[in-house]
Amino acid sequence: MNISLSEAAPVVSPTSGDGVLSLLWLIPALPALGALVILVLGNRRTSPWAHWLGTATVALSFLIGLVAFFQLLGRDESDRSVGQHLWTWFEAGSFTVDLGILYDPLSSLFVLLITGVGSLIHLYSVGYMAHDAARARFFGYLNLFVAAMLVLVLSDGYLGVFLGWEGVGLASYLLIGFWHHKPTAATAAKKAFVVNRVGDMGMVLATTLMFATFGTVSFEGVSELASGASQTTLNILALLLLLAACGKSAQVPLQSWLLDAMEGPTPVSALIHAATMVTAGVYLVVRSNFIYELTEVGRTAVVIVGAVTLLAGAIIGCAKDDIKKALAGSTMSQIGYMMLAAGLGVAGYAFAIFHLLTHGFFKANMFLGAGSVMHAMDDDVNMRHYGALQKAVPVTFLTFAMGYLAIIGFPGFSGFWSKDKIIETAFGESLWIGLAALAGAGITAFYMTRLMIMTFLGRKRWEPGVHPHESPKVMTIPLIVLAALSVLGGVLLLGDWIVDWLTPVVGHAEHHELPLPVIAYTLIVVAVVAVGVAVAWLLVAKRDIPREAPQKVSFVTRAARADLYGDAANEALLMRPGNNLVEGLVTFDDDYVDGVVDGTGSAAIGMSGTFRRIQTGYVRSYALSVFAGALLVVLALLAVNLG
Amino acid sequence: MELYTPVIALAAIAAGFAVFSIVMSVATGPRRYNRAKLDSYECGIEPTPQPIGGGRVPVKYFITAMLFIVFDIEIIFLYPWAVAFDAMGIFGLVEMVLFIATVAIAYVYVWRRGGLEWD
Amino acid sequence: MSFEAPHIEYATLSPLLIVFGVALVGVLVEAFVPRRLRYLVQSVLALVGLVAALAATIWVATDLTVRGDGAARGSIVAEGAIAVDGPSVFVWGTLLLLSLISVLLFAERHLDGGLSAFAGQAAALPGTEAERQASTRGLEHTEVYPLMMFAVAGMMLFPASNDLLTMFVALEILSLPLYLLCGLARRRRLLSQEAALKYFMLGAFSSGFFLYGVALVYGFSGSTHLAAIAEAVNGRIGGQGLLLGGIALIAVGMLFKVGAAPFHSWTPDVYQGAPTAVTAFMAACTKIAAFGALLRLFYVAFGSAERDWTPMIWIVAILTMAVGSVFALSQTDIKRMLAYSSVAHAGFLLVGFVGLHEGGEGISSLQSVLFYLVTYGFMTVGAFAVVTLVRDAGGEANHLARWAGLGKESPLVAGIFAFFLLAMAGIPLTSGFTGKWAVFSSAAQGGAWPLVVIAVLLSVVAAFFYLRVIVLMYFSDPVGDAPAVAVPSILTTVTIAIGLAATVVLGILPGPVLDLAADAGAFIR
Repeated sequence: MNISLSEAAPVVSPTSGDGVLSLLWLIPALPALGALVILVLGNRRTSPWAHWLGTATVALSFLIGLVAFFQLLGRDESDRSVGQHLWTWFEAGSFTVDLGILYDPLSSLFVLLITGVGSLIHLYSVGYMAHDAARARFFGYLNLFVAAMLVLVLSDGYLGVFLGWEGVGLASYLLIGFWHHKPTAATAAKKAFVVNRVGDMGMVLATTLMFATFGTVSFEGVSELASGASQTTLNILALLLLLAACGKSAQVPLQSWLLDAMEGPTPVSALIHAATMVTAGVYLVVRSNFIYELTEVGRTAVVIVGAVTLLAGAIIGCAKDDIKKALAGSTMSQIGYMMLAAGLGVAGYAFAIFHLLTHGFFKANMFLGAGSVMHAMDDDVNMRHYGALQKAVPVTFLTFAMGYLAIIGFPGFSGFWSKDKIIETAFGESLWIGLAALAGAGITAFYMTRLMIMTFLGRKRWEPGVHPHESPKVMTIPLIVLAALSVLGGVLLLGDWIVDWLTPVVGHAEHHELPLPVIAYTLIVVAVVAVGVAVAWLLVAKRDIPREAPQKVSFVTRAARADLYGDAANEALLMRPGNNLVEGLVTFDDDYVDGVVDGTGSAAIGMSGTFRRIQTGYVRSYALSVFAGALLVVLALLAVNLG
Repeated sequence: MELYTPVIALAAIAAGFAVFSIVMSVATGPRRYNRAKLDSYECGIEPTPQPIGGGRVPVKYFITAMLFIVFDIEIIFLYPWAVAFDAMGIFGLVEMVLFIATVAIAYVYVWRRGGLEWD
Repeated sequence: MSFEAPHIEYATLSPLLIVFGVALVGVLVEAFVPRRLRYLVQSVLALVGLVAALAATIWVATDLTVRGDGAARGSIVAEGAIAVDGPSVFVWGTLLLLSLISVLLFAERHLDGGLSAFAGQAAALPGTEAERQASTRGLEHTEVYPLMMFAVAGMMLFPASNDLLTMFVALEILSLPLYLLCGLARRRRLLSQEAALKYFMLGAFSSGFFLYGVALVYGFSGSTHLAAIAEAVNGRIGGQGLLLGGIALIAVGMLFKVGAAPFHSWTPDVYQGAPTAVTAFMAACTKIAAFGALLRLFYVAFGSAERDWTPMIWIVAILTMAVGSVFALSQTDIKRMLAYSSVAHAGFLLVGFVGLHEGGEGISSLQSVLFYLVTYGFMTVGAFAVVTLVRDAGGEANHLARWAGLGKESPLVAGIFAFFLLAMAGIPLTSGFTGKWAVFSSAAQGGAWPLVVIAVLLSVVAAFFYLRVIVLMYFSDPVGDAPAVAVPSILTTVTIAIGLAATVVLGILPGPVLDLAADAGAFIR
């Protein structure tokens, strides 16, 4: 693969801010306060007003974020990185870890996305969760999530990122398992947590390695010293960060939790598992551009992970009948696009973030739309029980359609601009990567069209007794706003604005020559998308959709229904050996150690009950193990000397 | 090797004495058995089998034994001090008083809590 | 005959002497104070004694003399038997604070019908008339306070010993009262007695190893004095085998006390059987004292033989973390699970210990271990204190199944316990995270990379079993009738609050305590 090396990434060197920029700490603090108040006072006491408090704090954060954004916009281009020292977490001799805020073009966009989409989803949840007894607690968790996510994107060092990273993981765990009376939800929550811990391990090790190599974990320090580290260290660092990103962003091989995570309430899926948290991995890679710029191995790995995931997610999306799982597959796939772009280096970072933003809009829109449909269909998620809903829920249908057109990349819609740019850049780097991205676009068009047709068009396949109705205003207004953003998100690219905006953070890419004119790529992409739509039309709309999923299907469909055997692989490779190990050890303990013991016990029959109870002989086998341990220790000591 | 000769000689004498006494007692001793003599511990404790329902050994024996050990050890410390008390002077006196006070505390505890009452 | 009176620095040793003195007065109280007053007198006496000892410790700490190059502060006192230096004083302070909050747990009488958690008459055979009488008459053992004070004194002496024989005596002083305390549970008498006997027998066994090791090291160096041993090790005169054997056997004795695998087998049984207040005290304080002594012995006396013993400690550390994390997965008793968790923590501590990072850049190994011990101590006492609250008709409900649905039953208690578990798992913003971060980064800087990677891996496994309990408390429905959460008196409440506060504060603002650990400096030699 040929990845062009450009000049080293810019060094992070923030200057201090004043005015609104000195109030940056309020952005994460407000939702944190909301969470604290709601969770400490408890569900019962706060239930009359908790949802409004939760929404208001996030909306306020959004307003501050907006003002701060315009402040930043008004600054000189070289001065658009604002640092604010908050408090010294660790201080011991020469060892200090400061927690502070880094507000630069990259984090400013994330703040707007998180608080903006976050406010809309909070508003939507007011309606969606209206009949849930634990609605206040739900808003507490949701605020906790927003606060943690803001900490993640506003931190000025890896330790702060890790703090937010664990925080969003915890909030995600709590929210997936929110309806924990359902065993599936509880299991899904646990799975998400455990898989994420595997990714977190990468984060911990990367942070530790950075600390050991550079003596600091702040972006400022690491970006300055990175070029001095050895290539091996940089490679390992990049791979560890990628592992972390894979866990959080549900990238292959740590993708399996995302589909199960759909057990959570739908607003959660929209906010956490579509728009914000799952993109944290992309943020991490883009933020660490000063490391990835120095390691080709790291970037190649990112590109491969991205390409594999974008195809895997798309294929899974094709076969799911559960509307939320189909969307989840699609999320994986779209994040694959972002990863791919981020792996392409300077040329791709800006487009990764651009796609991340537009995806945040249209995917949140579609998830909330799906929630609205479920609301109408008595919480049925099986698309085979939908059909002909465009009349029943007209607002939802229209807004969903905007999201649909955006994701497949219908010319003019936001997804068109962002995806087109990624595919174009991918072709600029390598034909194969470009083809993979192109194929992904076609498959996306297929499964999204399938989803559209099965849900809104065709004939009614409703369960008896279901009477669909449009959702209340509090739910449709966020849908309309997000739909508008899905349509118009492309304006960010006007005059290459977003690329220029992010240049201070990720560096400026040399313009590279493409073998074909740019317009040709656009046409090819549009053609492939059209083919995808047409195939879906022929295969889905022209045929009858059975209410039960057919069992006689091709191998590919079966594999896709089984999440491409992701769980099976996890189970075979990790879970079962792990279980066996634990069981084996326990059996060893029971059979061997206790066997000795029971033998002793029966020999001692005839002695009084008390005496035998004490003498069950554990002590004897314990003493034996101490003795064996002593031998081990002696041997270990001697071995060193003989060896 | 010569260094260890006395040790080996001592060990041999000790072993010889043990064997000699056992052999001699078997060879020369009178054999008049009764029930008490056949018990393992002539002090009256029944060894095994214990009575059904959790037989218990009177704890008094152990208390007595432990008190004996306490005062035995006290002697070990007191004796050298008695030999050299003038050389150690005030320091020795103070330390010894502290030591005896410590032992006395344990003794007082046993006495007040009824450890010395047989029944 | 000439005799030179030994010089004893009473002032410097005052914290130790106060605790010993209070223990002795406690015995006298048992002898002379009427039964109904004893509880009050004993608990107040213990509290006052510990506070006084703490004040004396602070006074001693401010008065340490700087030695040589300034890396270490303190002095060797009592004719070379005891080293009162920065690390000693730091450990003393930690031990005294934790003992203070443990005494509050000992004194708790609200949970079990107005009686303490200790047996009415320890000598009464379980299930007999005598035992029933003892409990209906409302008898209780107040000897636990002097016993505990003796144990605390031993624990303080252990890490401060500068001589192998003193160290051995300290080991016995701290162990013997603990053996007794383990057997004093009011409920589940048989289990408790069994625990005491097991602990005693295995403890005696390991003491034997320790003493044998001392003899071998004496044979090698001709002294039991740590400085003299260090000199002999440095010069490597005399037999190699004697030294290596000595190190190995002493290590066995020490590793037994810290509960490292494969010498951990007593931990679950004893933690389960002992009265929970004792378990809390023992789990926190014994580990701290034993690690203090382990550090001093291996850094000071065997420091220049590090090449010889580091591989052995590596193996033990890996084994300990693995055993702790894996076996905890299959436990069904909350106290046994916490016991295996403490085994895992011992493993993490060993990682810090064997990092052998001298400081200068970043956190030194000694500092990181001392810090971890503080974080571990507070969260352990706190967690066990919560365990005392969840009860049913038969006393504490320790079976994990009984904890199902506790989140609904008592959100506050479940929340606090979940927080302690998250701290033990090492989630950021808890002291567990800062502690792990400190030991891992110091070990990484000391070059123990592979060990750190394994430790991080195993801490993921460990996180899983903590999570299991949280899931159980929040995401499962109670089986049968839910266990009641007893309302404690102010005593247990204070203990839990302090544990919680320390866990939060050390997670958010670890700086001051890390500074204190750094100020402790190195061991004096």
